[in-house]
Amino acid sequence: MPYLVHSPEDRSAMLETLGVRSMNDLLVDIPQSLRLESLQLPNGLSEFETMAQVSSLAERNHVYPDRLTFRGGGIYRRFIPAAVSAVTSKPEFYTAYTPYQAEASQGTLQAIFEFQTLIAELTALDVSNASLYDGATAVAEAAMMAYVHTGRNEVLVSGYVHPEYVQVLRAFGEGRGIKVRKGAEPNKKTAAIIFQQPDFLGLLVDARRLTQAAHDVGALAIACVDPISLAMLAPPGEYGADIAVGEGQQLGLSPSFGGPHVGFIACKRELVRKLPGRLVGTAHDAHGRRGFVLALAAREQHIRREKATSNICTNHSLCALAAAVYLTYMGPYGLRQIADVSFRRAHSLADRLARLQGWEPAFPERQFLNEFPFRVPKARSVVRKLARKGILGGLEVNRWFRELKDVLTFTCTEVNDPQALDELMAVLES
Amino acid sequence: MSEPLSFELSRPAVDPPRLPEAEVAGPAPADVLGREMLRARPPGLPRLSEPEIMRHYSRLASLNYSISENFYPLGSCTMKYNPVVNEAAAALSGFADLHPYQDEDSVQGALELMWRLERALCAIVGVERVTLQPAAGAHGEWTALRMIAAFHHSREENRTEVLVPDSAHGTNPASAALSGFHVIEVRSGDDGRISLADLESKLSPRTAALMLTNPNTLGLFEREILDIAEMVHATGAMLYYDGANLNAFMGICRPGDMGFDAVHMNLHKTFTTPHGGGGPGAGPVGVKSELVPFLPAPTVERTNGHLRLDFKRPQSIGRVRSFYGNFGMLVRAYTYILAMGGDGLSQASQDAVLSANYLRKLVEGDLDMPHEGPCMHEFVASAQNLHEEGVRALDIAKALLDRDFYAPTVYFPLVVPEAIMVEPTETESKATLDAFAGAIKEIVAKAKSDPQSLHEEPTKLPVGRLDEVSAARRINAYLQGLSEDPVLRWKAPAEAPETAPQQTLQESPC
Repeated sequence: MPYLVHSPEDRSAMLETLGVRSMNDLLVDIPQSLRLESLQLPNGLSEFETMAQVSSLAERNHVYPDRLTFRGGGIYRRFIPAAVSAVTSKPEFYTAYTPYQAEASQGTLQAIFEFQTLIAELTALDVSNASLYDGATAVAEAAMMAYVHTGRNEVLVSGYVHPEYVQVLRAFGEGRGIKVRKGAEPNKKTAAIIFQQPDFLGLLVDARRLTQAAHDVGALAIACVDPISLAMLAPPGEYGADIAVGEGQQLGLSPSFGGPHVGFIACKRELVRKLPGRLVGTAHDAHGRRGFVLALAAREQHIRREKATSNICTNHSLCALAAAVYLTYMGPYGLRQIADVSFRRAHSLADRLARLQGWEPAFPERQFLNEFPFRVPKARSVVRKLARKGILGGLEVNRWFRELKDVLTFTCTEVNDPQALDELMAVLES
Repeated sequence: MSEPLSFELSRPAVDPPRLPEAEVAGPAPADVLGREMLRARPPGLPRLSEPEIMRHYSRLASLNYSISENFYPLGSCTMKYNPVVNEAAAALSGFADLHPYQDEDSVQGALELMWRLERALCAIVGVERVTLQPAAGAHGEWTALRMIAAFHHSREENRTEVLVPDSAHGTNPASAALSGFHVIEVRSGDDGRISLADLESKLSPRTAALMLTNPNTLGLFEREILDIAEMVHATGAMLYYDGANLNAFMGICRPGDMGFDAVHMNLHKTFTTPHGGGGPGAGPVGVKSELVPFLPAPTVERTNGHLRLDFKRPQSIGRVRSFYGNFGMLVRAYTYILAMGGDGLSQASQDAVLSANYLRKLVEGDLDMPHEGPCMHEFVASAQNLHEEGVRALDIAKALLDRDFYAPTVYFPLVVPEAIMVEPTETESKATLDAFAGAIKEIVAKAKSDPQSLHEEPTKLPVGRLDEVSAARRINAYLQGLSEDPVLRWKAPAEAPETAPQQTLQESPC
C-alpha cells in the first residue's frame, strides 16, 4: 500500500515483541459495538490512476490565461518569479513542522523573522507577526486587538471593505460580543475604524482623515492594505494607523481558487503584546551566536489557554516564506515598478473603457491604482460575452452591494500586456 | 554554521530585477495622485541579485530538520510522510490558476473535488456534512463551537459553559473563550482518562458542549466514551471531537458512532498535507444533522451532477474565511485519500497504533510510563525517573536533536510531569523506531553517567540552546520604551545608510 513502510514480517515481529497475537489485542479499549468492518470508501489506487482521476477534475475547470484575466476582487494574477516556488518546494521548508525546537529549525525561524521585518518595512509599523490565515481573518484579529486594547465593543467598517472580510469579521465578533457597524459615525464606544486602502472596488480612501477620526474618539485605526500598493502609497505607519493588515496573495502566490494564501498583521509598539499568533525574535546561545526563537509565547494558546490573545496555532508559514522570497526578489525598486506598470496600464484601460458607448466610471471623482469600478450597460451579458472569447472580464459587485447595479470592477497588473488590453477592447467594441 | 539576514546581505548597487515596462500611454502615479498620498521613501526591502537570493534560501533550508530527512516523533502532531504526488496534484494549472470568482460553470471540477472530499471525510468520521472552510485545526474548533452556540441559541437555551479536560490541547480552551464561552476544566482520573465523577459534577443546564479528543492526549482510548456521550446528551449539551488524534483509528471506529456531534479534522496531520514549517493547514469540520443548518456559507451542493455554491443558508453562522478555504490543501488531501483508499487508511491507522505500542515497549525500561497500555497511536512517557540526576524532559529533547532525531513533544499534556509525548506514525520503519529507541537508551545512560554534558546539548546544530529568558528581557525593554532594539525584527543600524535605501522615489529607476 502506498506510503506504508511495514512489511508483514515487520508487523509480526513487532507484535511478537509486544507479546500479543494480533492487532485486536492492542485495540481492546475500543468497545466492540464501535468497531467497523471497513470504511465505506473505494480501495486505493496506483499513483498513475490517482493522478488520472485528479487531472480529470482539473481539466473540468476552465483556466483563463493570466494576461486575459481582468478580474480581481481580492485575488490577483501577478508575475511570480520562478525563485518563489524553487524555494517553497524545498522539502526542508515545506515538510518541516512548526519550529518548536529552535536549534533544529533555524531556517524556518530566520525566514519568518525576515518576513516580519519585510512586512514591518512595507507598512512602516514597528512589529509584524509570523502570519495569519488570510486577509479576512487578519481584519477580524485586528478588531479583537482593538476590543481588548480599548475595552470598547464596537468596530466601524468604513466604505467598501471587502465584503467577505466583513462577513468573517461579523462571525468572529459575534463570539466576543463585538458589534460591527457600517457607515456609522465614530463615538466613545468605538474600538476601531477599519478601512481598506485601496478599497474593494479599487478606489483610494482618505486614510489620513479616517485615522484622525478614529484617534479623535480614542479608537484605533486599522488599515487593510494591498501590499504591492505600499511601494507607491504612503504606508499606514506614516499616516498614524495603529494596525495594518492585509492579504499577501499577490506576493508570489497563485490564485488556487482562493487559497492557501497569507494574512499579515503589523502594529505599533504599544500593541505588540496583544498581537495574535506567533512571533519570532533573536536570541543567543552560550557561545554568543545569534539565533532565532519563538518569542512572547505567553500570549499564545499553548501557554495561556483560555486567556490567550487568539486561538491560532498553525498559521501560514510556507506562504509567508513565499512572500518573503517575492519581496526580496523584487526589492524596493522592483516592487515599485510592478506597482507603477499596473497603475499605468489600468489608467490606460480605464481611459479606453470610458470611450465605450454607455460606459462610465462608477465614481468619477475618486482616484484608483490598478482596479476600478465602471457602470456598464448590461453588465452580466458583457461578462458572458468576454468569457466566450476566453477573457475573464470585470467582477460584478452587485452581488454584494445592492446599490452597485451593473457595476463591474476591472483589474490590470503587469501580466496584462498591451496586446491583452487590445484584445479586451476589440471584444467590447465588437 | 549561520547565514546572515537578507537585510545584512543587501547591497545598494544591485539592480532591480528586469520586469515588464508599461508600454502604454498611461499617466504616472505622481501625475494623478496628490503628494500626500504617495510614499516619501521606498520601503526598506533588501536589494539582492537572484543568485544571491537562491543561495541565501538554500542555506537557510540546510539549517532545518524536516520530515523528508528526519524522524519527527512529535506527539499530537502526526508528522507523517508527505506524498510528493500531492504536490503535483495541487500544482496542476486547472487548480492553481483558478480564480475564486470565476463563474460556477467554469469551476465544476474544483467544486466536484470539494464535494467528493466532503463525502469521503463524512465516511471516515461518520457525520452528515463537512465544511471545508476553516484554515487550520484551531479555526475548525472555533467554527464548530460557533455552530454549537447557534444551535443552542436557536432553541432559546442559554448555555454559557464549555467543558474541557485538563489534558486537552491549548487550542480547546482558547477556541471556547473566543467563542464567548466560559471554560470549565474536567479532571483526568488516575488511569489517565476523563473522570466520569468529575464530569458528572460539572455538567449542568449551562453546559453547551464537552470538547474531547479520543484517544486523549495521553494516547489512551476513552473506554467509557459511550457513557460520556450519554451523560453529555442527557443534559442537552453537545459533544465535540478534537480531531488531532484521528490518525489512531481510521477504519477502526468513527467519532460519529461514538456520539460526537461535531468533529474537526486536521488535513495537515491525518491526511498528509505538508506542515510547511507551521502551515498552511486545513481544519474541516464535520457535523451531525442537527448542526447542518448552522454550517458556514457557502456549502457545495450537487444536483444531477451539477455543482453549485449555496450561499442561501439563513441559519448559517456566516463565513469563517474568505473564499472557500485552503483549496490547495483540499486537493492534496483528496489525492491522498484516493491513493490510500478505505483499505489503505485502515491499514495506516493500524500500523500507527502498532508502531506506537512497539516503540513504547522498547523504551519502557528507560523512561517512566505513568499509564498502563496498550496505547493508541501515541504514548506519553515521563523523565521523572531522571529527577535525581537533574535531567529533565527538555534535556532529552535537545539530546535527541544531536542524534539526528527531532524531539518529541515535551511538557504536554500538562497532567504528566516531565512529559515526553511520542507519536511515531505509520510511515516510520521498524529500523527507524529501533534506532530511536537506541538513542533514548544511550541518552538515559548518559544521564546517569554524565548528566552535566546533557545540559550542554545540542552541540552539533547551527546554534546551541538559545537563551529565551534574556530574549524576553530584551523584548520587554523594547516594549517599555527602554531600548530601541525591537528584537522581533531587524533594524538598520543608524550609521549604516546603505542598508536602508535613502534615495527618494523621484530618483528611482521607474
